[in-house]
Amino acid sequence: MITLADQLLVLVLLINFVALGTSRLIFSIRAVAIQGVILGILPGLIHPFSWHLVGIISMILVTKGLVIPMLLNRAVRTAEIKREVEPYLGYVPTLLLGAVFTALSFGFAGKLPMLPEHQNYMFVPASMATLMTGFLILTTRRKAISQVLGYLVLENGIFIFGLLLAEAMPIMVEAGALLDLLVGTFVMGIVINHISREFSSLDTSRLTSLKEE
Amino acid sequence: MFAALIILPLVGAAVTWLIPFDRLRPKVLSLFALAHLGITIQMLSFTPPESPGGWFHLDALGKIVLLSTSVLFLFCAVYSIGYLYYRRERSNRVMCVGLLVCLAAASMVTITHHLGLMWVALETTTISMTPLIYFNRNARSIEATWKYLLICSVGVALALIGLYFLAYATIVAQVEPSLLLDDLIRDAGKLSSGWVHAAFVFLLVGFGTKMGLAPLHTWKPDAYGESPGLVGAMLAGGLVNLAFLSLLRVYQLCLATKEIAFFQNALVTMGLISMLFAAIFMARQADFKRMLAYSSVEHVGIMAVALGLGGKAVFGALFHVLANGLTKGVLFLSSGNIHRSYNSKNTDHVRGALRRLPWSGGLFLAGFFAITGSPPFAPFISEFTIVSSAFIQGRVVVGALFLISLGIIFIGMALTVLPMVMGEAPTDSETTSYKDTFWTVAPPFCLLLLVFLLGIWIPAPLMTILRDGAALLEVHP
Repeated sequence: MITLADQLLVLVLLINFVALGTSRLIFSIRAVAIQGVILGILPGLIHPFSWHLVGIISMILVTKGLVIPMLLNRAVRTAEIKREVEPYLGYVPTLLLGAVFTALSFGFAGKLPMLPEHQNYMFVPASMATLMTGFLILTTRRKAISQVLGYLVLENGIFIFGLLLAEAMPIMVEAGALLDLLVGTFVMGIVINHISREFSSLDTSRLTSLKEE
Repeated sequence: MFAALIILPLVGAAVTWLIPFDRLRPKVLSLFALAHLGITIQMLSFTPPESPGGWFHLDALGKIVLLSTSVLFLFCAVYSIGYLYYRRERSNRVMCVGLLVCLAAASMVTITHHLGLMWVALETTTISMTPLIYFNRNARSIEATWKYLLICSVGVALALIGLYFLAYATIVAQVEPSLLLDDLIRDAGKLSSGWVHAAFVFLLVGFGTKMGLAPLHTWKPDAYGESPGLVGAMLAGGLVNLAFLSLLRVYQLCLATKEIAFFQNALVTMGLISMLFAAIFMARQADFKRMLAYSSVEHVGIMAVALGLGGKAVFGALFHVLANGLTKGVLFLSSGNIHRSYNSKNTDHVRGALRRLPWSGGLFLAGFFAITGSPPFAPFISEFTIVSSAFIQGRVVVGALFLISLGIIFIGMALTVLPMVMGEAPTDSETTSYKDTFWTVAPPFCLLLLVFLLGIWIPAPLMTILRDGAALLEVHP
């Protein structure tokens, strides 16, 4: 089981690069949704079966795999945008930065003590790399939807780390995180709609009237 | 008792949601705010015992923040009766419901000792304030809302990973896995320093973003500038203190580990950077609400520096929570009135406010003197305590930089405020229906009175709470 979980984490890391390197929004939304679904399956592989687990997994699959992508797809359709044009930083530099951050994450994780049963997994580096990828997307893209995607990738990174704690921590913390994810995306979705109505585009670089002169 | 503090505002939110009349809602809001303050005072005088399991525990630090939030909220609620009357063109349902939900979440932050629950509540305050910043429904306010939501959400997400690191440290150390503050403090010696160090970095960045410490403050001028005055007051006087309380919890934890020196240095550095940033951007600021936002950046900087200095300065920091919160209330509420009257927040148009609006203009001027630390107002006491503590500890450079920033900020703010309130109103300025009324002037006036009273006399019970709070944050070498 360990190898399968690790292979899935490698897949998650690869999806990070897909999200960093693609300009088609529909494609990015799909990639992030797939990443969410993979993360939803992971707890099932590393924890023994229980109905509580089944509940959590199905909740994750429904929110990350269905609800959020649907919300974002609708926003893309209403705003009639297809591509992320002219990000603040080009695709090749962001990909390179993503690679650097991924390498650094492995270095960072190697320095920290782990439980013996977690020793062989790559949860910590995968989590940190995904977190940094999310941060990169957030800071380098112009479109509001891309920024929401960045936030989702960042949350995915946090979620991977949360898997290490799933047994020891009360469910309240997990539930809270998931709730915030949903509410956060929902509120962001509403704001996106208002942005598109106000500016007839979702380009946040047009949101510049509040700059310091 | 604990439950009442949270359920009451939530009931209030439900009731205001159901009320169909815009005129009635702010009054109901004020009633619930009054009841909340009643419960708060009751809980402050007869501290309820810790809840079983230790999840809820009102300690001195929580008391200070709870009191300042509840008092500020009451005056904001009363102010909304007058203010929302001038904003009859749009429904105030979302505004009233959002404020009450935020109050419930804020109360939760102050009474819980479970860091996970505290995090959830803090995130709830962020989200519940989002639609309120967008109250004006124009392009500028949507931009401010977007920045606020995105930057604060990322900040709070980073704080979450910090909490996860802490939790994992307890698992690695083979102690009982827990995010209860008291358990963590007890076991702090056994936790692996690598994880704890990483956790503190993330928590500082996360809560620092929410608090608006430079260089993570970029959302602040926009959000404070574009939201209505009363929302600005709650953001600058309420939410900032909640984030500060979260930092205090982290600080308490640091005290039990070897990381305290690192954390204190980081706080002093970030605090001083915030103050210098504020000093630079405050000068020649043409928008008076944005100027107040930079003043908020300055004051979170002051609190961070004080906390980082330790010793006597911590008492100053805790008193500053009250002093800054209430003074920000005066400034934002009166600036809201001035904004309504001139229909502009640009100082090119806003001149001679003292003639046009003697009350609001006067209050704004007095608030300016109070916030810049002039005696006899409360911020003077806290800032003086902090500076003197810095020099007593021999931290001359910190003390000097602190004083220099305060000086520059005083001049910068005066250059904006004095032309605003003095002189003649421009003849071509827009005439609006706004006039100072009892409901829009009394709340900032009462707040100013409180700031003044606290500046000359701290009541004994409050003094006890402040001392107890400072004792919780004492460094034991």
